[in-house]
Amino acid sequence: MSRIARPLALYAVMASLIVAVGFIQSWTVALSITNLALISAIMTLGVNIQWGYGGLFNAGIVGFAALGGVAAVLVAMPPVTDAWIAGGTNLGLAGLAILGTIGAAVFVRGRTHGRRRTWATLFTILAGYIVMRIFLDPASDAIEAINPSIQGYLGGLGLPVLVAWPVGGLFAAGAAYLVGKVALGLRADYLAIATLGIAEIILAILKNENWLTRGVKNVTGIPRPIPSERTFQTIGWVTELGHSFGLSPAMTAAIANRLGYALLFLLVLGTILWLAERALNSPWGRMMRAIRDNQDAAEAMGKDVTRRHLQVFVLGSAVVGIAGAMLVTLDGQFTPTAYTPLRYTFVIWVMVILGGSGNNWGAVLGGFVVWYTWVMAEPIGNHLAAALADLLPAGWLRSHILDSAPHLRPFLMGMILLLCLRFAPHGLIPERRAPSTRKPEAN
Amino acid sequence: MLVAENLTAGYGGVDILHSCSFAVGAGEIAVIVGPNGAGKSTAMKAILGMLPLRTGRVTLEGADITGLSPQARVAAGMGFVPQNDNVFPTLTVEENLEMGAFIRRDSYQDTMESVYALFPVLREKRRQPAGELSGGQRQQVAVGRALMTQPKVLILDEPTAGVSPIVMDELFDRIIDIARSGLSILMVEQNARQALAIADRGYVLVQGRNRFTASGETLLADPEVRRSFLGG
Amino acid sequence: MPIRKFAVPSSEAEIPDFLNAIVLLANFVVIPATAYGAQLALGALGVTLVYSVLRFANFAHGDLMAFATAATILIVWLFQGWGVSLAPLPTAILALPLGMIITCLLALGTDRFVYRFYRHQRSPAIVFVMVSVGVMFIYNALTRFLIGVDDRRFEDGERFIVTVIGFREATGLDQGLALRTSQVLTVIVMVLVTTAVFWFLRSTRTGKSMRAYSDNEDLALLSGINPDRVVLVTWMLAASLATIAGVLYGLDKSFRPFTYFQILLPIFAAAIVGGIGQPFGAVAGGFIIAFSEVALTYAWRGFLTHILPPDLIPAGLVQILSVEYKFAVSFLILVIVLLVRPTGIIRGRVF
Repeated sequence: MSRIARPLALYAVMASLIVAVGFIQSWTVALSITNLALISAIMTLGVNIQWGYGGLFNAGIVGFAALGGVAAVLVAMPPVTDAWIAGGTNLGLAGLAILGTIGAAVFVRGRTHGRRRTWATLFTILAGYIVMRIFLDPASDAIEAINPSIQGYLGGLGLPVLVAWPVGGLFAAGAAYLVGKVALGLRADYLAIATLGIAEIILAILKNENWLTRGVKNVTGIPRPIPSERTFQTIGWVTELGHSFGLSPAMTAAIANRLGYALLFLLVLGTILWLAERALNSPWGRMMRAIRDNQDAAEAMGKDVTRRHLQVFVLGSAVVGIAGAMLVTLDGQFTPTAYTPLRYTFVIWVMVILGGSGNNWGAVLGGFVVWYTWVMAEPIGNHLAAALADLLPAGWLRSHILDSAPHLRPFLMGMILLLCLRFAPHGLIPERRAPSTRKPEAN
Repeated sequence: MLVAENLTAGYGGVDILHSCSFAVGAGEIAVIVGPNGAGKSTAMKAILGMLPLRTGRVTLEGADITGLSPQARVAAGMGFVPQNDNVFPTLTVEENLEMGAFIRRDSYQDTMESVYALFPVLREKRRQPAGELSGGQRQQVAVGRALMTQPKVLILDEPTAGVSPIVMDELFDRIIDIARSGLSILMVEQNARQALAIADRGYVLVQGRNRFTASGETLLADPEVRRSFLGG
Repeated sequence: MPIRKFAVPSSEAEIPDFLNAIVLLANFVVIPATAYGAQLALGALGVTLVYSVLRFANFAHGDLMAFATAATILIVWLFQGWGVSLAPLPTAILALPLGMIITCLLALGTDRFVYRFYRHQRSPAIVFVMVSVGVMFIYNALTRFLIGVDDRRFEDGERFIVTVIGFREATGLDQGLALRTSQVLTVIVMVLVTTAVFWFLRSTRTGKSMRAYSDNEDLALLSGINPDRVVLVTWMLAASLATIAGVLYGLDKSFRPFTYFQILLPIFAAAIVGGIGQPFGAVAGGFIIAFSEVALTYAWRGFLTHILPPDLIPAGLVQILSVEYKFAVSFLILVIVLLVRPTGIIRGRVF
């Protein structure tokens, strides 16, 4: 019974913390925190699949989140027909060039051996790249010239925005497949560096290929699945319901809007969590963990470790991609420059480690706790700074302390991670396992 | 010179050695042989201090070294040549020897000279990274490195593992030379026949116990020993 | 950045035009790439030492550089306030030793309170990497606390050794060349420092013991090499190199805490390309990465304008990759090296 009691208690504490914010501050804030926490929880689940099931350290999560985000743009935004007319043909040819290059590379790799093979492949790829650029450059120029202040890009497919979520997962999964094929043979810390770099490339492409994503000009006005606050205000029974709680129509609408997202996100989280739990406890999941714990033994037993690693890598990235699409949907805009490794890779790692790597419920809890801390770091930092400043006479130090309040955030993240790795490496809700098995971790 | 008596030791609560004893006098060569799993490498680790002893003690020139760490035993006069990973691969041969003499505060040039005299090929290749040498040459570097502290006893863990017969003969010749200069040698060996041929004392270890103890010559001639371990 | 002027190909003899091309190349490719390469080399040297002796990829190295630079900037301001100066050299050079000391203390403190535990546990490398992520956050916070998040320029003294105008007047060429003090300083310091480090590792007892420890830890311990001393010296070297690299980079461009995480990737790339644990490789890797980054993102049209006949000059900018892809270049090189020759150019170790 105590196996459920502890996680239950922790969840209860977390819930009450959010409820506290609702009472002390406002319910809109509490719900906003909840929504982002839900998204973070899903991302953490994805990372947990890679690390907790497979022992893979992916330091490029931000890239996959961004790919999920761009899916929202490419699926839900209306197409810019003029841009398609202007650049469509060349773009198509560029696409053919890419396919042709891949085909040629595969062909070349099949026909050559050894050293020659590497040079031949590189040369083929280089040649293919040049051919692609011959078509891509005029295409992108033409597309970007169409109404650059509002558009200047291809737009999307104009499909319902919820379709973007699984598509985001697919984008991320596809990228993960390519990355995995190339990088998963590397040992753990090289894999970390490799994924770090791949994320940089993905972000660079998203920031720079304006014809696809508008780059740093951002894409705003992405359609949303939940009616806006304004729309809610026009719905009679909603306003009345809020009124009976003593809330103004504006407040009710705000709460209703956020609540709508929360329920939607909860549905997605619940589904993914259920699937993840089933996978974890299936024979496949057990085999994954066996491989994670003792790769050499598993290989000796004939398990195809590379294929299994690829599976978890792709699955985990897909989940992160879905969360990335959800995030952009919530924001209603796609901001490539907002994707920083600090915020979207390493903070998620803190969530996984704190929550409990290898335990899905732990991962979700970790997402909530760390996100809550992230948000609360600001007001707490301000309070602390103000309190400290009160003790000091006016001067450079005093104003410096007041200015430094925001820096509490990364400090807290670092402390949580370090303290966790040192004193509680199994996290808040540890992995459920037989006592005889051992994890390749500190302690 | 080196006396290990009544050693009982093992891993994780399971004893591998049961009251074993070994000894080697000044200038003598002692060899520990036995079938696989007999506990030869465990005996080596116990003598070196890499394993805690349940019973028994180890003395060097009469001084009790049972409580000393392996590093301290090296400082006390024990030299050790591990079986694998026994050189610094990216360091040159000469640098390997220098590192061998790391704990020495005095000038070690003379010692280095005598190592080069013992292994002339090392002088030739002294500026080459040790990792680039052949297996046999690397063994020489490993032994030379251990000799740099001017130890009183040199302990070798299967020095001829994986080398060709010619190299093995040469290595054993060198070991005899080293013993002649006054050092005691304690070896664990897989190539029992050749090792016992040069041994003043031979210890046949079976299932963690001293089974036969005599001079190498005697053991080689003993029909029971030959039947059990030397293939008749 | 000096103002760039497109020179019209002269109808006179080709030699001055060819010279113009060379000057253009020097000004926009060779000089910036050399300075950047030197900075990467110093960063990579620190990373490779930590990687080979302490056996982990230190994700906190970029933010260590940031902290070191921030601390040095504060000292520079202090000196400037006191009227201390090293003109025509930047005051930062004077502040550098103090910055190095402070950074060493931070690195040693981090090792004592964070990394040492895991070393004694013999934790796998990936755990160290995760821990270094935590350390990275803390360094990030510390740096921001010290100096805030804004752009800081702290170069003083004589900015230019050769100015564009001065060069044009002196040579009569159309293309100008600027040589900044910070660039020359970077190269000189890099040469001095790397020579010193190489000498230290090759010829001193401590240096050799570090290499031995990195090669074969057990044998090193058996030989009586003191692991704590090796670790201490490694962190001191790494912290000092981080300070020098960070300050030179900040002098050259400007200081913003955020940029120092970005530079971590090219630094890792340089270290791996050159071969982990190979100091010379780290330096070579730094220049390879730097020149690749600059050359592949440079718009070659101007250069081609000077050396090709007018009808062969291409229409586009002849820029292989946009500047945005700068860091992608180092990653691409890294991946190619990891797949083709993981031990690096000079045979390092793959452990």
